[in-house]
Amino acid sequence: MSITSYSFLLFAGVLFILYYLIPRRFQWILLLIASYVFYCFSGVRYLGYILATTVFSYIVSMKIWDLKRRQDARLKLKKDEFSREEKKAYKASVKKKQKAWLVAALLFNFGILGIIKYGNFIVSNVGSLFGASGDDLFFHLALPLGISFYTFQTMGYLIDLYRGEYEPERNFFKFALFVSYFPQLIQGPISRFGSLSKDLYTGHAFDGRQVASGLQRMLYGYFKKMVIADRIITGLTTISGDPATYSGTFVLVGMIFYAIDLYMDFSGGIDIVIGLSQALGITLPENFKRPYFSKSLKDYWHRWHISLCNWFKDYLFYPISTSPAMLARAKKMKAAGHEGLSRRFTVYTATMVVWLSTGIWHGASWNFVVWGLLNGFFLLLSQELEPAYRRFYERFPRLEKNALWNAFRIVRTFLFVSLLCMFDYYDSVSTVIRSFIGMFSSFRLSVFWDGSLLAIGLTAADYWILLVSLILVFVVSWFQEKGRSVRSLIAARALPVRVIAWYGLFLIVILFGAYGIGYDATQFIYNQF
Amino acid sequence: MDTLLEILNDLHPDVDFETCDTLIDDEILDSFDIVSLIAEINNEFDVNISAKDIIPENFNSAQALWALIERLEDEE
Repeated sequence: MSITSYSFLLFAGVLFILYYLIPRRFQWILLLIASYVFYCFSGVRYLGYILATTVFSYIVSMKIWDLKRRQDARLKLKKDEFSREEKKAYKASVKKKQKAWLVAALLFNFGILGIIKYGNFIVSNVGSLFGASGDDLFFHLALPLGISFYTFQTMGYLIDLYRGEYEPERNFFKFALFVSYFPQLIQGPISRFGSLSKDLYTGHAFDGRQVASGLQRMLYGYFKKMVIADRIITGLTTISGDPATYSGTFVLVGMIFYAIDLYMDFSGGIDIVIGLSQALGITLPENFKRPYFSKSLKDYWHRWHISLCNWFKDYLFYPISTSPAMLARAKKMKAAGHEGLSRRFTVYTATMVVWLSTGIWHGASWNFVVWGLLNGFFLLLSQELEPAYRRFYERFPRLEKNALWNAFRIVRTFLFVSLLCMFDYYDSVSTVIRSFIGMFSSFRLSVFWDGSLLAIGLTAADYWILLVSLILVFVVSWFQEKGRSVRSLIAARALPVRVIAWYGLFLIVILFGAYGIGYDATQFIYNQF
Repeated sequence: MDTLLEILNDLHPDVDFETCDTLIDDEILDSFDIVSLIAEINNEFDVNISAKDIIPENFNSAQALWALIERLEDEE
């Protein structure tokens, strides 16, 4: 069930009414039922996957907790008998057992994800090494809804539990809700148990302001998705589907179209799920902080898909870079006189592992592997250039606050990020390279006025709608960037202004949403991840 | 504490680490800085700061970081 469909609106409407009608202590049960009903709509056959992850992760969480509980009890009992060393050794032995359970969960959950999502990729690459080819190599397993998101969220929970950050959820059904809470199954955000669980399990009284604010955010999300993303994708599909015909300037157009499409699609979807959750009294973490206002690649990755970036940072980057083995190796390098190498070793290794993983997370193809590694490489390159930047700003101190200079940095970062995103929508790495070279070798400015852009599936009216809509999103983002909320500004106005603003947006979605005969809102891009 | 301040000053000469207590909240230290810092601390003090210790409360100020080092030294 797509969240842009009428059936989803009906589903959410019924849930919303029931949610505030039933006693508050039963609300979480209703959410659990709704989540599983929603999941069944994507295919009953997929239920097994999410149930397997839920049951096994629950068992592991209980085992880890039980070991900790027994350790505390024993330490209390033997308080006077254990020496400091004995206590340390005992704690280490318990930690080892907990680790074994955690590793089992890692293998199990990432194993399922790996086989379903990457099985064919691995098989085809290994097969081609031995000269085998053809469809007979592949196994046909469709990707269950939200598998990457719920797997990462559940593993984050287990790692936190292993680290002793909190006690586990002992009620199996409550835990099942944490794993399956339906709004975030679509494309995240990836939540942390500590913050989400309180909201999920505590009852919520109807709060008119929260509900209105949530619905407004949903409406804005639908606007971004249906008026902008689902319109611009037509042009993008034409360009990326026929790279031989649409080369040169079209590559640049496609690059910008995709950057717009990706952000409007992904952040629009996130607005919808955060808004829906807010209407239910549940706060989900923000996933975007106006990424296209970034002044550098590093800045961009602090603002784009924040929940996934934080996941990789906390559960992969830090554990790798601060592992005793890595630190010991760095120490040896320093002792051998390689100070520069020692300083870079931990950060560089962990960064490249994280970006390789981030690439693979996005999809089973060489395109994403290259995309991830390029991101890692350029992040490290800018890290290397940091002293040069510092000297540059010392030489030109006024430049850092100069609006024109900062606008240049923003445009440069946007174009660079859009360039890297070419790996997302072209079918192979070689096509990306060919198209990139062609962009410079056969660039024709006349494409912008000779009617060529009207032959890629978009009419002049579409371009006007896109232009006005993008200006609207830009203004809203600009206010947000300055720390002001447009929703609060509208809320402070007189009733007629509020009515015109929100009904106006509603009408825009109804009238200018990319509908048509037999139209079906396109799948969210991040749905497939 | 002086050694720690020296390490921090090497990392960001422009920051007053003796008074600043929002190193993480104000994004003065990023993840690259934190890892470099941990490697340096490991070198100088021979304590292992693990991933679970990387929380804002431990890294927001030089004092908080010093308290973490002392706690880890005590544990080891």
